[in-house]
Amino acid sequence: MTTPASDPGRAASPPLDGRSRALRRQILRTFAAGGRGHLGSALSLVEILRVLYDQVLEFDPARPRWPARDRMILSKGHGCLALYAILADKGFFPEAELWTFCQDGGSLGGHPEFGKVPGVEASTGSLGHGLSIGVGMAAALRMDRNPARVFVLDSDGACDEGSLWEAALSAAQHRLDNLTVLLDYNRMQSYAGTSEVLELEPLADKWRAFGFAVREADGHDVAALGGALAGLPFAPGRPGILVCHTVKGKGIPFLEGNAAWHHRGRVTEAELAALFRELD
Amino acid sequence: MRKMALDMVLELARRDPRVVFMGSDLGAGVMDGFKAEWPERFFMEGISEAHLVGMAAGLALEGKIVYLNTIATFLTRRCFEQIVLDLCLHQAKVRLIASGGGVVYAPLGPTHEAIEDLAILRALPGMTVLAPADATEMARLMPLTLDHPGPIYLRLGKGGDPVITDPGQPFRIGRLFPLKPGRDLLLVTTGTTGKVALDAAALLDAEGLRTGVLHVPTLKPLDAEGLLAAMAPCPAVVTLEEHVRTGGLGSAVAEVLAEAGWTAPKRFLRLGLPDAFPSRYGSQASLMAHFGLTPEGVAGRCLALSRPSAGLRSSP
Repeated sequence: MTTPASDPGRAASPPLDGRSRALRRQILRTFAAGGRGHLGSALSLVEILRVLYDQVLEFDPARPRWPARDRMILSKGHGCLALYAILADKGFFPEAELWTFCQDGGSLGGHPEFGKVPGVEASTGSLGHGLSIGVGMAAALRMDRNPARVFVLDSDGACDEGSLWEAALSAAQHRLDNLTVLLDYNRMQSYAGTSEVLELEPLADKWRAFGFAVREADGHDVAALGGALAGLPFAPGRPGILVCHTVKGKGIPFLEGNAAWHHRGRVTEAELAALFRELD
Repeated sequence: MRKMALDMVLELARRDPRVVFMGSDLGAGVMDGFKAEWPERFFMEGISEAHLVGMAAGLALEGKIVYLNTIATFLTRRCFEQIVLDLCLHQAKVRLIASGGGVVYAPLGPTHEAIEDLAILRALPGMTVLAPADATEMARLMPLTLDHPGPIYLRLGKGGDPVITDPGQPFRIGRLFPLKPGRDLLLVTTGTTGKVALDAAALLDAEGLRTGVLHVPTLKPLDAEGLLAAMAPCPAVVTLEEHVRTGGLGSAVAEVLAEAGWTAPKRFLRLGLPDAFPSRYGSQASLMAHFGLTPEGVAGRCLALSRPSAGLRSSP
Protein backbone atom coordinates (compact mmCIF):
# COMPACT_ATOMS: atom_id res chain seq x y z
CA MET A 1 0.00 0.00 0.00
CA THR A 2 2.80 2.39 0.75
CA THR A 3 6.17 3.00 -0.76
CA PRO A 4 9.10 4.66 0.92
CA ALA A 5 9.16 8.44 0.52
CA SER A 6 12.58 8.24 -1.01
CA ASP A 7 11.32 6.15 -3.89
CA PRO A 8 9.57 8.12 -6.60
CA GLY A 9 8.00 4.84 -7.59
CA ARG A 10 8.91 5.18 -11.22
CA ALA A 11 10.62 1.90 -11.80
CA ALA A 12 7.96 -0.17 -10.14
CA SER A 13 4.91 1.12 -12.05
CA PRO A 14 3.09 -1.65 -13.90
CA PRO A 15 2.52 -1.12 -17.63
CA LEU A 16 -0.48 1.03 -18.53
CA ASP A 17 -3.54 -1.04 -19.26
CA GLY A 18 -6.16 -0.49 -21.96
CA ARG A 19 -8.29 1.91 -19.92
CA SER A 20 -5.33 4.05 -18.94
CA ARG A 21 -4.26 4.21 -22.57
CA ALA A 22 -7.78 4.99 -23.77
CA LEU A 23 -8.10 7.90 -21.34
CA ARG A 24 -4.71 9.19 -22.47
CA ARG A 25 -5.85 8.96 -26.07
CA GLN A 26 -8.86 11.15 -25.22
CA ILE A 27 -6.54 13.60 -23.49
CA LEU A 28 -4.37 13.78 -26.59
CA ARG A 29 -7.37 14.26 -28.86
CA THR A 30 -8.67 17.03 -26.60
CA PHE A 31 -5.24 18.63 -26.54
CA ALA A 32 -5.09 18.39 -30.33
CA ALA A 33 -8.55 19.97 -30.66
CA GLY A 34 -7.48 22.95 -28.60
CA GLY A 35 -4.01 23.04 -30.07
CA ARG A 36 -2.66 23.70 -26.59
CA GLY A 37 -2.76 22.68 -22.96
CA HIS A 38 -0.89 21.41 -19.93
CA LEU A 39 -0.34 17.96 -21.34
CA GLY A 40 2.36 16.66 -19.03
CA SER A 41 0.43 17.73 -15.93
CA ALA A 42 -2.68 15.91 -17.17
CA LEU A 43 -0.90 12.67 -18.06
CA SER A 44 0.49 12.57 -14.56
CA LEU A 45 -3.05 12.45 -13.11
CA VAL A 46 -4.76 9.80 -15.17
CA GLU A 47 -4.56 6.87 -12.78
CA ILE A 48 -5.38 8.99 -9.72
CA LEU A 49 -8.55 10.30 -11.37
CA ARG A 50 -9.43 6.95 -12.83
CA VAL A 51 -9.27 5.21 -9.48
CA LEU A 52 -11.24 8.00 -7.82
CA TYR A 53 -14.05 7.96 -10.37
CA ASP A 54 -14.05 4.20 -10.98
CA GLN A 55 -13.77 3.00 -7.39
CA VAL A 56 -13.99 5.70 -4.73
CA LEU A 57 -16.33 8.59 -5.46
CA GLU A 58 -20.11 8.45 -5.10
CA PHE A 59 -21.67 10.48 -7.90
CA ASP A 60 -24.47 10.55 -10.43
CA PRO A 61 -23.63 12.21 -13.75
CA ALA A 62 -27.34 12.79 -14.38
CA ARG A 63 -27.51 14.83 -11.19
CA PRO A 64 -24.16 16.60 -10.91
CA ARG A 65 -25.35 18.63 -7.91
CA TRP A 66 -26.85 15.63 -6.08
CA PRO A 67 -26.40 16.66 -2.42
CA ALA A 68 -25.03 13.27 -1.31
CA ARG A 69 -22.30 13.18 -3.96
CA ASP A 70 -18.65 13.17 -2.99
CA ARG A 71 -16.96 16.44 -3.93
CA MET A 72 -13.76 16.30 -6.01
CA ILE A 73 -11.90 19.56 -6.47
CA LEU A 74 -9.12 19.62 -9.04
CA SER A 75 -7.06 22.19 -7.19
CA LYS A 76 -4.32 21.90 -9.80
CA GLY A 77 -6.71 23.25 -12.41
CA HIS A 78 -4.09 23.08 -15.13
CA GLY A 79 -4.49 19.30 -15.07
CA CYS A 80 -8.01 19.74 -16.46
CA LEU A 81 -7.37 17.79 -19.68
CA ALA A 82 -7.42 14.63 -17.55
CA LEU A 83 -10.46 15.72 -15.57
CA TYR A 84 -12.41 16.49 -18.75
CA ALA A 85 -11.53 13.07 -20.16
CA ILE A 86 -12.81 11.22 -17.12
CA LEU A 87 -15.94 13.41 -16.74
CA ALA A 88 -16.83 12.79 -20.39
CA ASP A 89 -16.09 9.10 -19.92
CA LYS A 90 -18.51 9.01 -16.99
CA GLY A 91 -21.21 10.87 -18.91
CA PHE A 92 -21.19 14.24 -17.17
CA PHE A 93 -21.22 15.81 -20.65
CA PRO A 94 -21.11 14.50 -24.22
CA GLU A 95 -17.75 13.48 -25.59
CA ALA A 96 -18.17 15.98 -28.44
CA GLU A 97 -17.71 18.79 -25.92
CA LEU A 98 -14.08 17.71 -25.60
CA TRP A 99 -13.42 18.79 -29.17
CA THR A 100 -14.26 22.40 -28.26
CA PHE A 101 -11.42 22.58 -25.73
CA CYS A 102 -10.17 26.17 -25.30
CA GLN A 103 -12.35 27.32 -28.19
CA ASP A 104 -14.69 30.28 -28.34
CA GLY A 105 -18.18 29.06 -27.50
CA GLY A 106 -16.99 25.88 -25.77
CA SER A 107 -17.40 25.18 -22.07
CA LEU A 108 -14.04 23.53 -21.46
CA GLY A 109 -11.33 26.09 -20.83
CA GLY A 110 -7.65 25.70 -20.09
CA HIS A 111 -8.67 25.69 -16.44
CA PRO A 112 -11.96 24.21 -15.21
CA GLU A 113 -14.83 26.51 -14.29
CA PHE A 114 -17.57 25.95 -11.78
CA GLY A 115 -21.02 26.48 -13.28
CA LYS A 116 -19.82 25.81 -16.82
CA VAL A 117 -18.79 22.19 -16.62
CA PRO A 118 -21.00 19.59 -14.91
CA GLY A 119 -18.93 17.74 -12.33
CA VAL A 120 -16.54 20.62 -11.71
CA GLU A 121 -16.97 21.64 -8.08
CA ALA A 122 -14.82 24.78 -8.06
CA SER A 123 -13.10 27.07 -10.51
CA THR A 124 -9.39 26.58 -10.19
CA GLY A 125 -6.29 27.63 -12.09
CA SER A 126 -4.45 29.73 -9.58
CA LEU A 127 -2.65 27.39 -7.19
CA GLY A 128 -3.21 27.32 -3.45
CA HIS A 129 -7.00 27.85 -3.51
CA GLY A 130 -8.57 24.41 -3.75
CA LEU A 131 -7.69 23.08 -0.32
CA SER A 132 -9.25 26.05 1.47
CA ILE A 133 -12.41 25.64 -0.58
CA GLY A 134 -12.35 21.93 0.26
CA VAL A 135 -11.97 22.69 3.98
CA GLY A 136 -15.02 24.95 3.79
CA MET A 137 -17.02 22.29 1.97
CA ALA A 138 -15.98 19.57 4.41
CA ALA A 139 -16.90 21.78 7.37
CA ALA A 140 -20.29 22.54 5.82
CA LEU A 141 -21.01 18.88 5.09
CA ARG A 142 -20.21 17.94 8.66
CA MET A 143 -22.42 20.75 9.92
CA ASP A 144 -25.23 19.37 7.78
CA ARG A 145 -24.64 15.77 8.92
CA ASN A 146 -24.05 14.94 5.27
CA PRO A 147 -21.82 11.85 4.96
CA ALA A 148 -20.46 12.98 1.58
CA ARG A 149 -16.69 13.33 1.44
CA VAL A 150 -14.38 15.93 -0.06
CA PHE A 151 -11.35 15.12 -2.20
CA VAL A 152 -8.81 17.72 -3.24
CA LEU A 153 -6.39 16.79 -5.98
CA ASP A 154 -3.39 19.06 -5.87
CA SER A 155 0.10 19.34 -7.26
CA ASP A 156 3.54 19.46 -5.76
CA GLY A 157 4.01 22.94 -7.22
CA ALA A 158 0.97 24.07 -5.22
CA CYS A 159 2.90 23.20 -2.06
CA ASP A 160 4.98 26.32 -2.81
CA GLU A 161 1.93 28.41 -1.94
CA GLY A 162 1.62 29.57 1.66
CA SER A 163 -2.17 29.52 1.56
CA LEU A 164 -2.09 25.74 1.05
CA TRP A 165 -0.35 25.31 4.38
CA GLU A 166 -2.82 27.67 6.06
CA ALA A 167 -5.55 25.39 4.79
CA ALA A 168 -3.68 22.32 6.00
CA LEU A 169 -3.46 23.77 9.53
CA SER A 170 -7.17 24.50 9.44
CA ALA A 171 -8.15 21.03 8.16
CA ALA A 172 -6.30 19.43 11.06
CA GLN A 173 -7.62 21.96 13.58
CA HIS A 174 -11.18 21.08 12.57
CA ARG A 175 -10.39 17.35 12.56
CA LEU A 176 -11.87 17.03 9.09
CA ASP A 177 -11.60 13.33 8.44
CA ASN A 178 -14.13 13.73 5.63
CA LEU A 179 -11.39 15.48 3.66
CA THR A 180 -8.71 13.67 1.67
CA VAL A 181 -5.95 15.31 -0.35
CA LEU A 182 -4.43 13.52 -3.31
CA LEU A 183 -1.05 14.96 -4.10
CA ASP A 184 0.29 14.48 -7.61
CA TYR A 185 3.96 14.34 -6.70
CA ASN A 186 5.65 14.22 -10.08
CA ARG A 187 8.57 16.30 -8.82
CA MET A 188 8.42 18.65 -11.77
CA GLN A 189 7.13 22.17 -11.88
CA SER A 190 6.97 24.56 -14.79
CA TYR A 191 10.58 25.69 -14.78
CA ALA A 192 12.37 22.56 -13.61
CA GLY A 193 12.35 19.85 -10.96
CA THR A 194 10.87 20.76 -7.59
CA SER A 195 14.21 20.08 -5.92
CA GLU A 196 15.86 22.64 -8.17
CA VAL A 197 13.17 25.32 -7.83
CA LEU A 198 11.98 24.86 -4.25
CA GLU A 199 12.74 21.71 -2.32
CA LEU A 200 9.66 20.10 -0.79
CA GLU A 201 11.32 17.14 0.90
CA PRO A 202 10.65 15.67 3.34
CA LEU A 203 7.16 16.22 1.92
CA ALA A 204 5.26 13.38 3.60
CA ASP A 205 6.79 14.40 6.93
CA LYS A 206 5.65 17.96 6.42
CA TRP A 207 2.06 16.83 6.00
CA ARG A 208 2.40 14.53 9.01
CA ALA A 209 3.70 17.44 11.05
CA PHE A 210 0.67 19.47 9.95
CA GLY A 211 -1.63 16.85 11.43
CA PHE A 212 -2.56 14.78 8.39
CA ALA A 213 -2.77 11.02 8.23
CA VAL A 214 -0.36 10.27 5.39
CA ARG A 215 -0.25 7.42 2.93
CA GLU A 216 1.94 7.06 -0.13
CA ALA A 217 1.46 5.10 -3.31
CA ASP A 218 2.72 4.69 -6.83
CA GLY A 219 0.43 7.15 -8.60
CA HIS A 220 0.32 5.08 -11.78
CA ASP A 221 -0.42 1.75 -10.11
CA VAL A 222 -4.18 1.33 -10.19
CA ALA A 223 -4.17 -1.51 -7.68
CA ALA A 224 -1.92 0.38 -5.27
CA LEU A 225 -4.04 3.53 -5.50
CA GLY A 226 -7.24 1.54 -5.04
CA GLY A 227 -5.76 -0.21 -2.04
CA ALA A 228 -4.60 3.03 -0.44
CA LEU A 229 -8.02 4.62 -0.88
CA ALA A 230 -10.00 1.54 0.17
CA GLY A 231 -10.13 2.52 3.81
CA LEU A 232 -11.34 6.07 4.37
CA PRO A 233 -10.73 8.00 6.47
CA PHE A 234 -7.08 7.15 6.87
CA ALA A 235 -7.40 7.98 10.56
CA PRO A 236 -10.51 9.01 12.51
CA GLY A 237 -10.49 12.67 13.43
CA ARG A 238 -7.73 13.61 11.03
CA PRO A 239 -7.67 14.77 7.43
CA GLY A 240 -5.83 12.43 5.09
CA ILE A 241 -3.38 12.81 2.28
CA LEU A 242 -2.32 10.27 -0.28
CA VAL A 243 1.04 11.28 -1.70
CA CYS A 244 0.97 9.86 -5.21
CA HIS A 245 4.39 9.32 -6.74
CA THR A 246 3.89 10.08 -10.39
CA VAL A 247 5.73 10.92 -13.58
CA LYS A 248 4.90 14.10 -15.42
CA GLY A 249 3.95 13.22 -18.99
CA LYS A 250 3.44 9.57 -18.03
CA GLY A 251 2.81 7.29 -20.98
CA ILE A 252 4.63 9.25 -23.66
CA PRO A 253 8.35 8.69 -23.32
CA PHE A 254 9.56 11.96 -24.81
CA LEU A 255 7.24 13.91 -22.47
CA GLU A 256 8.17 12.12 -19.29
CA GLY A 257 9.95 14.49 -16.95
CA ASN A 258 10.37 16.98 -19.82
CA ALA A 259 9.84 20.53 -18.54
CA ALA A 260 9.44 21.82 -22.11
CA TRP A 261 6.04 20.10 -22.19
CA HIS A 262 4.59 21.65 -19.00
CA HIS A 263 2.41 23.88 -21.14
CA ARG A 264 2.32 24.01 -24.89
CA GLY A 265 0.58 26.24 -27.37
CA ARG A 266 0.93 26.17 -31.16
CA VAL A 267 1.59 22.48 -31.23
CA THR A 268 2.55 21.26 -34.71
CA GLU A 269 1.00 18.46 -36.75
CA ALA A 270 4.29 16.57 -36.60
CA GLU A 271 4.35 16.83 -32.80
CA LEU A 272 0.75 15.64 -32.56
CA ALA A 273 1.51 12.67 -34.79
CA ALA A 274 4.51 11.81 -32.61
CA LEU A 275 2.38 12.01 -29.44
CA PHE A 276 -0.21 9.55 -30.74
CA ARG A 277 2.49 7.29 -32.16
CA GLU A 278 4.39 7.20 -28.87
CA LEU A 279 1.25 6.45 -26.87
CA ASP A 280 0.33 3.50 -29.05
CA MET B 1 -21.37 50.27 13.73
CA ARG B 2 -19.25 47.15 14.10
CA LYS B 3 -21.14 46.15 17.20
CA MET B 4 -24.42 46.61 15.39
CA ALA B 5 -23.16 44.59 12.41
CA LEU B 6 -22.03 41.70 14.61
CA ASP B 7 -25.17 41.84 16.76
CA MET B 8 -27.15 41.63 13.55
CA VAL B 9 -25.18 38.57 12.43
CA LEU B 10 -26.38 36.78 15.57
CA GLU B 11 -29.90 38.00 14.91
CA LEU B 12 -29.73 36.69 11.34
CA ALA B 13 -28.29 33.38 12.54
CA ARG B 14 -31.32 32.91 14.76
CA ARG B 15 -33.56 33.63 11.81
CA ASP B 16 -31.75 31.61 9.13
CA PRO B 17 -29.93 28.30 9.67
CA ARG B 18 -27.66 28.99 6.67
CA VAL B 19 -25.83 31.79 8.50
CA VAL B 20 -22.31 31.09 9.75
CA PHE B 21 -19.76 33.45 11.26
CA MET B 22 -16.02 33.47 10.61
CA GLY B 23 -13.30 35.60 12.13
CA SER B 24 -9.54 35.59 11.85
CA ASP B 25 -8.12 36.22 15.30
CA LEU B 26 -10.49 38.82 16.69
CA GLY B 27 -10.33 40.43 20.10
CA ALA B 28 -11.02 38.26 23.12
CA GLY B 29 -14.72 37.89 23.74
CA VAL B 30 -15.85 39.09 20.32
CA MET B 31 -18.95 37.12 19.27
CA ASP B 32 -18.98 35.07 22.49
CA GLY B 33 -22.77 35.16 22.35
CA PHE B 34 -22.80 33.72 18.85
CA LYS B 35 -20.28 31.07 19.80
CA ALA B 36 -22.29 30.03 22.86
CA GLU B 37 -25.54 29.88 20.92
CA TRP B 38 -24.27 28.38 17.65
CA PRO B 39 -20.93 26.66 18.29
CA GLU B 40 -21.08 24.65 15.08
CA ARG B 41 -21.64 27.76 13.01
CA PHE B 42 -18.78 29.73 14.56
CA PHE B 43 -15.26 29.67 13.09
CA MET B 44 -12.30 31.57 14.56
CA GLU B 45 -9.73 30.53 12.04
CA GLY B 46 -6.50 32.22 13.00
CA ILE B 47 -4.37 34.74 11.18
CA SER B 48 -4.73 33.23 7.75
CA GLU B 49 -6.85 35.56 5.65
CA ALA B 50 -6.18 33.88 2.31
CA HIS B 51 -7.39 30.60 3.74
CA LEU B 52 -10.30 32.26 5.52
CA VAL B 53 -11.71 33.66 2.31
CA GLY B 54 -11.22 30.40 0.43
CA MET B 55 -12.83 28.42 3.22
CA ALA B 56 -15.71 30.89 3.30
CA ALA B 57 -16.21 30.22 -0.41
CA GLY B 58 -16.30 26.48 0.25
CA LEU B 59 -18.93 26.97 2.95
CA ALA B 60 -20.94 29.19 0.62
CA LEU B 61 -20.74 26.66 -2.21
CA GLU B 62 -22.46 24.24 0.17
CA GLY B 63 -25.29 26.69 0.75
CA LYS B 64 -24.09 28.64 3.77
CA ILE B 65 -24.25 32.42 4.05
CA VAL B 66 -20.93 33.41 5.52
CA TYR B 67 -20.33 36.58 7.55
CA LEU B 68 -16.58 37.09 7.77
CA ASN B 69 -15.13 39.79 9.95
CA THR B 70 -11.65 41.16 10.41
CA ILE B 71 -9.75 44.41 9.95
CA ALA B 72 -10.41 45.95 6.54
CA THR B 73 -6.78 45.99 5.39
CA PHE B 74 -6.28 42.31 6.20
CA LEU B 75 -9.61 41.42 4.66
CA THR B 76 -8.74 43.01 1.32
CA ARG B 77 -5.00 43.07 0.72
CA ARG B 78 -3.35 39.70 1.35
CA CYS B 79 -6.38 37.72 0.27
CA PHE B 80 -7.26 39.78 -2.77
CA GLU B 81 -6.91 36.87 -5.19
CA GLN B 82 -9.16 34.72 -3.01
CA ILE B 83 -11.75 37.51 -3.11
CA VAL B 84 -11.49 37.72 -6.90
CA LEU B 85 -11.51 34.00 -7.68
CA ASP B 86 -13.06 32.17 -4.75
CA LEU B 87 -15.77 34.74 -4.01
CA CYS B 88 -16.51 36.76 -7.14
CA LEU B 89 -15.94 34.10 -9.77
CA HIS B 90 -18.09 31.64 -7.82
CA GLN B 91 -20.63 34.31 -6.86
CA ALA B 92 -20.24 32.99 -3.32
CA LYS B 93 -22.58 34.41 -0.70
CA VAL B 94 -19.87 35.66 1.60
CA ARG B 95 -20.26 38.96 3.45
CA LEU B 96 -16.93 40.61 4.20
CA ILE B 97 -17.42 42.79 7.27
CA ALA B 98 -14.45 45.11 7.16
CA SER B 99 -13.61 46.79 10.45
CA GLY B 100 -11.97 50.19 10.31
CA GLY B 101 -12.56 51.42 6.78
CA GLY B 102 -10.45 54.49 5.99
CA VAL B 103 -8.12 55.88 8.67
CA VAL B 104 -10.00 54.61 11.72
CA TYR B 105 -6.82 52.91 12.91
CA ALA B 106 -4.73 56.06 12.51
CA PRO B 107 -2.57 55.44 15.59
CA LEU B 108 -1.59 52.02 14.23
CA GLY B 109 -0.19 53.34 10.97
CA PRO B 110 -0.38 52.46 7.28
CA THR B 111 -0.53 48.68 7.80
CA HIS B 112 -3.97 49.17 9.36
CA GLU B 113 -5.40 51.98 7.26
CA ALA B 114 -7.79 50.84 4.52
CA ILE B 115 -7.41 53.69 2.10
CA GLU B 116 -7.81 51.86 -1.24
CA ASP B 117 -10.32 49.13 -0.41
CA LEU B 118 -13.24 50.69 -2.27
CA ALA B 119 -11.17 51.12 -5.43
CA ILE B 120 -9.92 47.57 -5.65
CA LEU B 121 -13.22 45.94 -4.73
CA ARG B 122 -15.27 48.17 -7.00
CA ALA B 123 -13.32 46.77 -9.94
CA LEU B 124 -14.41 43.19 -9.30
CA PRO B 125 -17.19 41.64 -11.37
CA GLY B 126 -20.12 40.54 -9.24
CA MET B 127 -18.96 42.25 -6.05
CA THR B 128 -21.38 44.46 -4.11
CA VAL B 129 -19.69 47.28 -2.19
CA LEU B 130 -21.51 48.92 0.72
CA ALA B 131 -20.44 51.72 3.04
CA PRO B 132 -23.23 52.69 5.44
CA ALA B 133 -23.11 55.96 7.34
CA ASP B 134 -24.17 54.90 10.81
CA ALA B 135 -25.29 52.03 13.03
CA THR B 136 -28.98 52.48 12.36
CA GLU B 137 -28.44 52.28 8.63
CA MET B 138 -26.37 49.16 9.27
CA ALA B 139 -29.29 47.66 11.15
CA ARG B 140 -31.59 48.33 8.22
CA LEU B 141 -29.26 46.94 5.59
CA MET B 142 -28.04 43.77 7.32
CA PRO B 143 -31.26 41.75 6.81
CA LEU B 144 -30.99 42.46 3.08
CA THR B 145 -27.61 40.73 2.98
CA LEU B 146 -29.23 37.34 3.59
CA ASP B 147 -30.59 36.79 0.12
CA HIS B 148 -28.54 39.22 -1.93
CA PRO B 149 -26.72 37.29 -4.68
CA GLY B 150 -22.93 37.04 -4.73
CA PRO B 151 -20.33 38.45 -2.35
CA ILE B 152 -20.71 41.70 -0.42
CA TYR B 153 -18.05 44.00 0.98
CA LEU B 154 -19.32 45.96 3.95
CA ARG B 155 -17.10 48.84 5.06
CA LEU B 156 -17.45 49.79 8.70
CA GLY B 157 -16.66 53.09 10.39
CA LYS B 158 -15.12 53.63 13.77
CA GLY B 159 -18.11 52.97 15.97
CA GLY B 160 -20.17 55.58 17.74
CA ASP B 161 -20.51 57.39 14.44
CA PRO B 162 -23.27 60.03 14.66
CA VAL B 163 -26.62 58.93 13.29
CA ILE B 164 -27.44 60.95 10.19
CA THR B 165 -29.70 58.66 8.21
CA ASP B 166 -33.49 58.62 8.41
CA PRO B 167 -34.67 55.61 10.45
CA GLY B 168 -37.99 55.68 8.61
CA GLN B 169 -36.42 55.22 5.20
CA PRO B 170 -36.06 51.57 4.22
CA PHE B 171 -32.62 50.62 2.95
CA ARG B 172 -32.24 49.13 -0.46
CA ILE B 173 -28.98 47.91 -1.93
CA GLY B 174 -28.20 50.09 -4.92
CA ARG B 175 -30.29 53.03 -3.73
CA LEU B 176 -29.09 56.61 -3.19
CA PHE B 177 -30.20 58.61 -0.16
CA PRO B 178 -30.49 62.41 -0.28
CA LEU B 179 -29.65 63.67 3.21
CA LYS B 180 -30.30 67.33 2.51
CA PRO B 181 -31.62 69.33 -0.46
CA GLY B 182 -29.70 72.18 -2.14
CA ARG B 183 -29.46 73.40 -5.73
CA ASP B 184 -26.20 75.36 -5.89
CA LEU B 185 -23.81 72.53 -5.09
CA LEU B 186 -24.18 68.83 -4.40
CA LEU B 187 -21.89 67.06 -1.96
CA VAL B 188 -21.80 63.34 -2.75
CA THR B 189 -20.46 61.12 0.04
CA THR B 190 -20.26 57.53 1.18
CA GLY B 191 -19.85 55.92 4.58
CA THR B 192 -19.18 58.01 7.63
CA THR B 193 -18.09 61.15 5.76
CA GLY B 194 -21.81 61.88 5.41
CA LYS B 195 -21.59 63.69 8.73
CA VAL B 196 -18.69 65.87 7.55
CA ALA B 197 -20.66 66.65 4.40
CA LEU B 198 -23.78 67.67 6.34
CA ASP B 199 -21.79 69.95 8.62
CA ALA B 200 -19.96 71.45 5.63
CA ALA B 201 -23.31 71.98 3.90
CA ALA B 202 -24.61 73.89 6.93
CA LEU B 203 -21.59 76.20 6.73
CA LEU B 204 -22.11 76.68 3.01
CA ASP B 205 -25.82 77.40 3.43
CA ALA B 206 -24.84 80.15 5.84
CA GLU B 207 -22.67 81.54 3.07
CA GLY B 208 -25.63 81.56 0.73
CA LEU B 209 -24.49 78.54 -1.24
CA ARG B 210 -27.44 76.17 -1.05
CA THR B 211 -25.73 72.82 -0.70
CA GLY B 212 -27.31 69.41 -1.05
CA VAL B 213 -25.89 66.20 0.38
CA LEU B 214 -26.31 62.84 -1.32
CA HIS B 215 -25.33 59.69 0.56
CA VAL B 216 -24.16 56.79 -1.63
CA PRO B 217 -24.00 53.72 0.62
CA THR B 218 -23.88 51.37 -2.39
CA LEU B 219 -20.74 52.04 -4.41
CA LYS B 220 -21.40 49.01 -6.48
CA PRO B 221 -23.75 48.48 -8.19
CA LEU B 222 -23.85 52.26 -8.55
CA ASP B 223 -27.18 53.84 -9.46
CA ALA B 224 -25.71 55.92 -12.28
CA GLU B 225 -29.08 57.15 -13.52
CA GLY B 226 -30.19 58.23 -10.08
CA LEU B 227 -26.85 59.90 -9.54
CA LEU B 228 -27.14 61.85 -12.78
CA ALA B 229 -30.68 62.89 -11.96
CA ALA B 230 -29.55 64.17 -8.57
CA MET B 231 -26.52 65.98 -9.98
CA ALA B 232 -28.12 67.46 -13.08
CA PRO B 233 -29.81 70.49 -11.44
CA CYS B 234 -26.60 71.50 -9.63
CA PRO B 235 -23.90 73.59 -11.29
CA ALA B 236 -21.24 72.03 -9.04
CA VAL B 237 -20.63 68.54 -7.67
CA VAL B 238 -18.08 67.66 -5.00
CA THR B 239 -17.38 64.12 -3.86
CA LEU B 240 -16.10 63.39 -0.37
CA GLU B 241 -14.71 60.10 0.89
CA GLU B 242 -12.35 58.67 3.50
CA HIS B 243 -10.36 56.92 0.78
CA VAL B 244 -7.69 57.84 -1.75
CA ARG B 245 -9.02 60.00 -4.55
CA THR B 246 -8.11 57.23 -6.98
CA GLY B 247 -10.72 54.66 -7.80
CA GLY B 248 -13.28 55.20 -5.07
CA LEU B 249 -16.46 57.26 -4.91
CA GLY B 250 -14.94 60.29 -6.65
CA SER B 251 -13.76 58.19 -9.56
CA ALA B 252 -17.10 56.42 -9.81
CA VAL B 253 -18.96 59.74 -9.94
CA ALA B 254 -16.42 61.14 -12.40
CA GLU B 255 -17.02 58.19 -14.70
CA VAL B 256 -20.75 58.89 -14.70
CA LEU B 257 -20.28 62.62 -15.23
CA ALA B 258 -17.72 62.24 -17.99
CA GLU B 259 -19.88 59.87 -19.97
CA ALA B 260 -22.88 62.18 -19.52
CA GLY B 261 -20.95 65.09 -21.05
CA TRP B 262 -20.59 67.12 -17.86
CA THR B 263 -18.50 70.04 -19.07
CA ALA B 264 -17.76 73.64 -18.18
CA PRO B 265 -19.26 75.82 -16.86
CA LYS B 266 -20.37 72.91 -14.67
CA ARG B 267 -17.78 72.12 -12.00
CA PHE B 268 -16.56 68.96 -10.35
CA LEU B 269 -14.09 68.22 -7.56
CA ARG B 270 -13.01 65.05 -5.78
CA LEU B 271 -12.09 65.32 -2.10
CA GLY B 272 -10.42 62.44 -0.33
CA LEU B 273 -7.06 61.20 0.85
CA PRO B 274 -3.95 62.06 -1.19
CA ASP B 275 -1.97 59.55 -3.21
CA ALA B 276 0.33 58.78 -0.29
CA PHE B 277 0.45 56.61 2.79
CA PRO B 278 -0.64 58.61 5.82
CA SER B 279 2.61 59.62 7.50
CA ARG B 280 1.13 60.70 10.81
CA TYR B 281 -0.48 58.95 13.76
CA GLY B 282 -2.81 60.57 16.26
CA SER B 283 -6.50 59.87 15.69
CA GLN B 284 -8.88 59.39 12.81
CA ALA B 285 -10.13 62.93 13.46
CA SER B 286 -6.65 64.44 13.54
CA LEU B 287 -5.67 62.69 10.31
CA MET B 288 -8.86 63.78 8.59
CA ALA B 289 -8.14 67.34 9.76
CA HIS B 290 -4.58 67.07 8.46
CA PHE B 291 -5.95 66.19 5.04
CA GLY B 292 -8.50 69.01 5.18
CA LEU B 293 -11.44 66.66 5.39
CA THR B 294 -13.27 68.61 8.10
CA PRO B 295 -16.51 70.54 7.67
CA GLU B 296 -14.52 73.76 7.43
CA GLY B 297 -11.95 72.32 5.05
CA VAL B 298 -14.59 70.81 2.79
CA ALA B 299 -16.69 73.97 2.86
CA GLY B 300 -13.68 76.02 1.90
CA ARG B 301 -12.92 73.82 -1.11
CA CYS B 302 -16.57 73.87 -2.17
CA LEU B 303 -16.74 77.63 -1.94
CA ALA B 304 -13.53 78.02 -3.89
CA LEU B 305 -14.97 75.76 -6.58
CA SER B 306 -18.31 77.55 -6.80
CA ARG B 307 -17.05 81.08 -6.30
CA PRO B 308 -13.42 81.08 -7.39
CA SER B 309 -12.89 84.68 -6.26
CA ALA B 310 -14.42 84.39 -2.80
CA GLY B 311 -13.26 82.76 0.42
CA LEU B 312 -15.16 81.46 3.41
CA ARG B 313 -16.02 84.68 5.23
CA SER B 314 -17.23 83.62 8.64
CA SER B 315 -15.30 80.47 9.38
CA PRO B 316 -15.56 79.77 13.15
